[in-house]
Amino acid sequence: MVTINGNQTTLSTDLTVAEYLEQNNYQTNRIVVELNEEILPKYLYSETRLKDGDSMEIVTFVGGG
Amino acid sequence: MNEKLTKEEIMAALNERHSPEKQALLSEGRVAIAGLGGLGSNVAYALARIGVGHLHLIDFDVVDITNLNRQQYFMEHLGMYKTDALKSLLLKINPYLDIQTDCVKVTEENIVDLLRDDSIICEAFDRPEAKAMLVNGVLEHFPEKKLVSATGMAGYGSNNTIRTKRLMKNFYLCGDGVTEPEYGNGLMAPRVAICAAHEANMITRLILGEEEI
Repeated sequence: MVTINGNQTTLSTDLTVAEYLEQNNYQTNRIVVELNEEILPKYLYSETRLKDGDSMEIVTFVGGG
Repeated sequence: MNEKLTKEEIMAALNERHSPEKQALLSEGRVAIAGLGGLGSNVAYALARIGVGHLHLIDFDVVDITNLNRQQYFMEHLGMYKTDALKSLLLKINPYLDIQTDCVKVTEENIVDLLRDDSIICEAFDRPEAKAMLVNGVLEHFPEKKLVSATGMAGYGSNNTIRTKRLMKNFYLCGDGVTEPEYGNGLMAPRVAICAAHEANMITRLILGEEEI
């Protein structure tokens, strides 16, 4: 069980963050990923596996300023 | 009256409004504002007016006619770099502020050198890719700095969906989170200013030692 954006979910397979983002159609140049209350640098997306108990927040930026 | 006020006169007025204790903290404040559009120009005005002593203005762009619907510029600034135009405006409010400018596009390559000396960073860009790049860069390279960012402030939707959230210890995010500009619901002065005021007040709170939202 992992928590993603506040929702508990069970991932069917052992996913990396990069795989999760791709499967859920995130545009990785518009997001910030926080894993267990720490920033996850982009270069770690493909080598970080989501594991039981993880909490991930994905902040998606929209245009405007 | 058109003569310039002395530094002592301006400080006395700020001390009268804010108290000498608070003003001393504000005068020591050191804030970078990345992006000088609807968010950044309004944030800069607010911080300059309360005498935040050290402002670092960053933008690569020039003032365009479509900026006048929400940004703190005037017709005479069309075609000028926003860094130069905004600095000249802020110095009309308080000529004794320390205002540094960098007329440059922030990139992953220059972000560390650009923001090294600033203790609080205001993300005020327009494009989502630029916002994400800045926030990722600051959180990765400068986790000890305070970062105040914004997303979702287009249109004329409710005032009250604009919020300030604390997403991490040093990362604050203002806005409604979802409303991007589209036809008939573009970026407009009132609601962008609400969001800018959220950023500016959170920055003020941080300068004065309040970390809660």
